[in-house]
Amino acid sequence: MDFERFVFYVFAVILVFAAGRVITVRNPVHAALHLVLAFFTCAGLWMLLEAEFLAIILVLVYVGAVMVLFLFVVMMLDINVSPLREGFVKYLPLGFTVALLIFAEMFLVLGVKNFGAEAVAIPARHGADYSNTRELGSVLYTDYVYPFEIASVILLVAIIAAIALTMRRRPGTRSQDPVEQVAVKREDRVRLVKMQSEEKNG
Amino acid sequence: MAEFWEIIREPFFITLKIVAILVPLLLAVAYLTFAERKIIGYMQVRIGPNRVGPRGWLQPIADALKLLMKEIVVPTSSNRYLFLIAPMISIAPALAAWAAIPFTDTLVLANIDASLIYILALTSVGVYGVIIAGWASNSKYAFLGAMRSAAQIVSYEIAMGFALVGVLIAGGSLNLVEIVKAQQGSLVHWFWLPLFPLFLVYFISGLAETNRAPFDVAEGESEIVAGFHVEYSGMAFAVFFLAEYANMILIATLAALMFLGGWLSPFEGTWFEAWFAWVPGIFWLLAKTSLFLFCFLWFRATFPRYRYDQIMRLGWKVFIPITIVWIVVAGGLVLGEVGPWFN
Repeated sequence: MDFERFVFYVFAVILVFAAGRVITVRNPVHAALHLVLAFFTCAGLWMLLEAEFLAIILVLVYVGAVMVLFLFVVMMLDINVSPLREGFVKYLPLGFTVALLIFAEMFLVLGVKNFGAEAVAIPARHGADYSNTRELGSVLYTDYVYPFEIASVILLVAIIAAIALTMRRRPGTRSQDPVEQVAVKREDRVRLVKMQSEEKNG
Repeated sequence: MAEFWEIIREPFFITLKIVAILVPLLLAVAYLTFAERKIIGYMQVRIGPNRVGPRGWLQPIADALKLLMKEIVVPTSSNRYLFLIAPMISIAPALAAWAAIPFTDTLVLANIDASLIYILALTSVGVYGVIIAGWASNSKYAFLGAMRSAAQIVSYEIAMGFALVGVLIAGGSLNLVEIVKAQQGSLVHWFWLPLFPLFLVYFISGLAETNRAPFDVAEGESEIVAGFHVEYSGMAFAVFFLAEYANMILIATLAALMFLGGWLSPFEGTWFEAWFAWVPGIFWLLAKTSLFLFCFLWFRATFPRYRYDQIMRLGWKVFIPITIVWIVVAGGLVLGEVGPWFN
């Protein structure tokens, strides 16, 4: 067993374990932390595939930003575990159907027919001067420029929609205007009064 | 035996190189704390630590020994496992990021192609140490500190990332060695001039990312005692401390590499160039890094702590618009081949 395969199996075992813990562990904070671990080991696997840009971006975006916000929300919730289990039997058929559907879909796409060793050739190894980032950029902005632009416009629409849905003007709230605060002068705040000194009584 | 040496040789030399980076780094961390106390002391017209060793030079050693001897108290209703793992999560990325830092054009442990985003990604992982510490302590103050820190780091990381986008447009590469090489010429060829707003935004975001004053609301002692590490003692606390200072040195080094020409001599292209040709490049890098580190300490002695809503406003409403505008300007400068930087 060469070193690369050894690294692959180490990462794979950790990834499967972490992904399993995400759905089996009871504490939501622990589940979120296991998801972080899953992302991180997944990035390690991508690194083995010479996709270093994607691997680093996975850590940067999902681990560094998305999961921080996730944890932020999950930690704020004070979830009591026992009421969550009450409707378990009632929702079981529906949940089972959804799980079956997802499994069938994934089987059709990711099945042995499409992803077996025969269907996908072993990717060629590149030399040390190969730049994954440069290749990705040149493909993204030439061959796939329209899908790329459309995807970014959809994301922009989603951002604007999210802001528009959640933003509401509450009347009566008081907030500071930094422009006014910066522009303030001494004369606005302090009034200097000139007066004669007075005699001491007694 | 000879075969065994063949297998072990490369890992052995890599380990040696890692030690050669980390030992000076940890020494630098120790003496940065000493420098901080001395410099802030002089700024406040007092002497600072001067009892241990000649002129206080052994003070950091004494501090480290004291922290090593202290008991690590684990609060009874805390999450023991996460409580102990949090300091490790905090220090590991702070040290791992140094793997991709070039000290001169050849002196670099791992000259990887995407070193800039590798470092950005690793520094963003460091926030987990703070969040987990705050949550696992099962203490209100620690939790408040963790929440503040998480919100602050996520906000400022966007501004910082955009500032780095400007640098990579100007440098034409994600590799730090290439970015420094693109700044060759003279003092005005360095990227601080064409990217001046990004330079300021990067450095201030770096202050906020490392939770340093005036952005140290995560451990604001007047409001929430000591923030996320309120329950930590002994070596576990020292590890958080180490991580914070290692991150400070990292941010300062990155600022020197990206905006002040890294190991390039400031006298390049002037009459003095020949006089200073004998100075090794790493000296200039360390000098520039020290300049930024001095600024870190200077700001701590100068500015009062920001209020929390003001921090958020600065990050989202001031820095992000500035960086977006300047990315467009930088793109224009590169496309128009504006001299002396991009022709």
